[in-house]
Amino acid sequence: MAKQYRLITKNLINPDYTPDIECYLRHGGYSVLKKALSLKPVQTPDGKTLSPQEQIRQQVRISGLRGRGGAGFSCGLKWSFVRHDSGKPVYLICNADESEPGTFKDRVIIHKDPHQLLEGMIIACYANNVHLAYIYIRGEMTEGAKILQRAINEAKEKGFLGKNILGSGYDLEIYVHRGAGAYICGEETGLIESLEGKRPYPRIKPPYFPAVLGLYQCPTIVNNVETLASVKHIVEMGGGEYAKLGLPNNTGTRLVCLSGHICNPGVYEIEVGKVTLRELIFDSEFGGGLKPGRKLKAIIPGGTSSKVLRADEEVEIKTNSGNGNVEVKKVSILDLPYDFDTIAAAGSMSGSGAIIVLDDSTDIPAALENIAEFYAHESCGQCTPCREGSLWMAKVLHRFNHGLGRKKDVDLLLKIAGNIGGGKTVCAFGDACSWPVESFVSKFRDEFLSKAKF
Amino acid sequence: METIKVKINGKEIDVPATMPDPLTGKPTPTTMLQACQLANVFVPHYCYHPKLPVAGNCRMCLVEYGLPVIGADRKPVLNPDGTPVIKKSPRPVIACATPVSAGMEIYTETETVKKMRQAVLEFLLLNHPLDCPICDQAGECKLQEFSLDFGSPESEFIETKVHKPKQVILGPTIVFDAERCILCTRCIRFTRDIVGDDSLGIINRGSYSTISTYPGKVFNNNYTLNTVDLCPVGALTSRDFRFNMRVWFLKETKSVCPSCGTGCNMLIGSRENRIYRLTPRENDFVNKCFMCDMGRLNYKWISREDRLKNPEIKNSDGASKETDWKSAIESVVALLKQAGKGSVAIIASARQTNEELWLIRKLKDYLGALSDCVPRFETGDKILLSPDRNPNTKGAAILGVSAEQIGLNIPLIEEEIDSGKIKTLLVFNEDVAKSVFSEAVLSKIEKLVVVDVLPSKTAEMAAIRLPGCAYAEKYGTFTNVKGRVQKFNKAIEPPGNAKPEYQILSAILELLTGDKYPQTASALFNRMAAEVPQFQGMTWENLGDYGAIVKENPKGGDVR
Repeated sequence: MAKQYRLITKNLINPDYTPDIECYLRHGGYSVLKKALSLKPVQTPDGKTLSPQEQIRQQVRISGLRGRGGAGFSCGLKWSFVRHDSGKPVYLICNADESEPGTFKDRVIIHKDPHQLLEGMIIACYANNVHLAYIYIRGEMTEGAKILQRAINEAKEKGFLGKNILGSGYDLEIYVHRGAGAYICGEETGLIESLEGKRPYPRIKPPYFPAVLGLYQCPTIVNNVETLASVKHIVEMGGGEYAKLGLPNNTGTRLVCLSGHICNPGVYEIEVGKVTLRELIFDSEFGGGLKPGRKLKAIIPGGTSSKVLRADEEVEIKTNSGNGNVEVKKVSILDLPYDFDTIAAAGSMSGSGAIIVLDDSTDIPAALENIAEFYAHESCGQCTPCREGSLWMAKVLHRFNHGLGRKKDVDLLLKIAGNIGGGKTVCAFGDACSWPVESFVSKFRDEFLSKAKF
Repeated sequence: METIKVKINGKEIDVPATMPDPLTGKPTPTTMLQACQLANVFVPHYCYHPKLPVAGNCRMCLVEYGLPVIGADRKPVLNPDGTPVIKKSPRPVIACATPVSAGMEIYTETETVKKMRQAVLEFLLLNHPLDCPICDQAGECKLQEFSLDFGSPESEFIETKVHKPKQVILGPTIVFDAERCILCTRCIRFTRDIVGDDSLGIINRGSYSTISTYPGKVFNNNYTLNTVDLCPVGALTSRDFRFNMRVWFLKETKSVCPSCGTGCNMLIGSRENRIYRLTPRENDFVNKCFMCDMGRLNYKWISREDRLKNPEIKNSDGASKETDWKSAIESVVALLKQAGKGSVAIIASARQTNEELWLIRKLKDYLGALSDCVPRFETGDKILLSPDRNPNTKGAAILGVSAEQIGLNIPLIEEEIDSGKIKTLLVFNEDVAKSVFSEAVLSKIEKLVVVDVLPSKTAEMAAIRLPGCAYAEKYGTFTNVKGRVQKFNKAIEPPGNAKPEYQILSAILELLTGDKYPQTASALFNRMAAEVPQFQGMTWENLGDYGAIVKENPKGGDVR
């Protein structure tokens, strides 16, 4: 029986739990920070000395934590790219620009338990020799920004932030920076540009990899809210213990955002890969199923930029049958465990953990138009294929849904999407706007063709 | 220099590991696009410009590539025939920003690359007004050219186009058509990173993005018109040039800007004896590929109606009368022959060519005359504009026509005119009555000979007035403030009977001294170079397009 596994959200279900520091301290808050700051250098068996910072980084690497923002990149690996001898300061930015449609988990952490984020962030900063960090929060989240600022003020008052934190000699300042409401500010280099006061045009990579040439051309780490909150738990329980949660290479817990045509939309915390899509949608502990009389039509498994999965899809899954033999099984999409690698193997991605459920009342071309309009509106306009292609697709879909659809628009949409995605653009937005079009159109081709008037 | 071996479309080439950054000059890793240029493989691009920081936004230079497969022993895995195994990348990259690495293979002509180029061109034309017939850029438009070379003949776009502002006056020099703009940001990068002016930016988002000045701000620096050259399409047009002439009708003549001591290399665009525009010509020793607006727009005086067109001599009653060149030269020579030793002074101009100044030096020596040129110093900048607004101050000093410090002899000349010692004054291309000598002093001159191109107070006072040529009407060389000798060519014919000053001077010298002088600027230059140590080794031919540097401390001493 699938269950929620509460690590980050442990305290949040408590109706008396409040976002102030006193409540956080009553629940053992900042004890992990104290532990981290009191670490002593240790000798490894091969005679090397590991500094406290290196020990924390090692634990994060061992934990197998993968970024919770969307790409699922190894957090330990990301940290390892940062050079600490460049003579430049290292910056850490908490990416709280949560903008992918269907995603609302970071907001829950920020609103209900801001100190948990701060504690994880301070530990992450300590581990990476960061003395100045930013929380870049989405412009629309005005309340969240206020809550975070209040939390920062409280933490400073108590000596968890600022100069000489808890007498350790470690200094750290964290600033809350509000965006102005652009999706592209969630792209880490766009975010950095925005933080520098410029238009958030994502930077070209190479040469502008944040770990080398990030904020103000200095080494920079950009981590998602949930990722940083997880760091606290990794340091608390040890990387090895954390890695026992979830599945190999898909470790830990993650927050899943359920929305769409289900009875219980909301944020649920699960062990990665220990719950299937069917359970997430239909189990009473999670989504609670569809509205009465409705049938499942499709699932968007990781935010609107992820490729849609048809409810009746079957995918081949390779499993290790124990004796070294690899078994190939055909399974319903619904029986896929919700983790990074499996959803990727099914041709999509778990992205930001946003599962959008579409029942049989959904007009697929209309749903796609809605998504395409979002991406056309949010394309920053820096590079040609995305700037022109995203709006073209939205216009084609608008016409298509308003009585002037042509059968050949189906292939036209596929052509446009193909000309945007696949590394042709400056940033991943090109893929983000082309994947839904490619997947909706090819997987529901008949529905498009039957809606076409010409 | 460290080199890297890469293969471009199957052909191996060694390229330098680094190349200088366009702004800082610091060595930066050589990019695929630079490697392709070295291999003479053309990769189409819009936003990339060799003199600007890389933006990587147009995506026109997307190419495919492969890298050698590295085995567990950190060595390249080899095929049975000994060649390295290459793994082709599944994703394309932009050639302008991707560094090359050892053993890399770059593919610029695959079907995928061709398709990507077609796609980018289709995207760029979606919302483009396709108004080539009324667009000034037609004929030198990269959108036209690449569409023809790499585009698809048809577009599948049937939706309504995005409409954007048109005929936006960005400032005194530039008109902007946002619908033609492909948002390559060359204009923004040039203005921000080269000029240091933040006045251009992008407003709005996505397909509605538009170049704009900040609200209420005007795009008005001394380098704005370079954005017209940099703009690969017809979005930014010159208010001075637009609608005046189709560019394919223009004859382009290699020239040098005479408006300051920098000597920016430029092209004169002319048709049927009229100049329509000046555009910068690339010379990395001088002006990269830019020039200032002041220099660029300083050509209208050449076509003024009131240009001096005929030699004129004043009668005894003071009335001017047109005459032919033969009698005019004879009158000048007669006048000079009558003049006593030490009674002649010459005010030449540092706007004259080296060859002309060299002939003036001959005249000066023969007559034992005092001479100098008129200094012209104003405020310069750190980009191209020199505070010295004369194009040939250095040449005038080297040739000993001006004082070593230009203008230092002028008070002495004035004194000797005032004292009555100097009675005859030859003036070349300077309105000395306006700014050099007072009327009281000038009225003491008994014989005033003026060679100039435009009427002036001085020319009015002249006993003999000879019409010269603008730089665009003759051949010649200037020596810029850094000692670079640069040649310029004749673009148009002079008005009326006007003649190049070097021809006037050699005619006077021949009649006066009996010595023979060549009639062409090139032959004069070669003779001067053979004679004057600073120019030694130079010939008109070997000056080439980029010029040559004078020898600062030549052996054999100064010409002085």
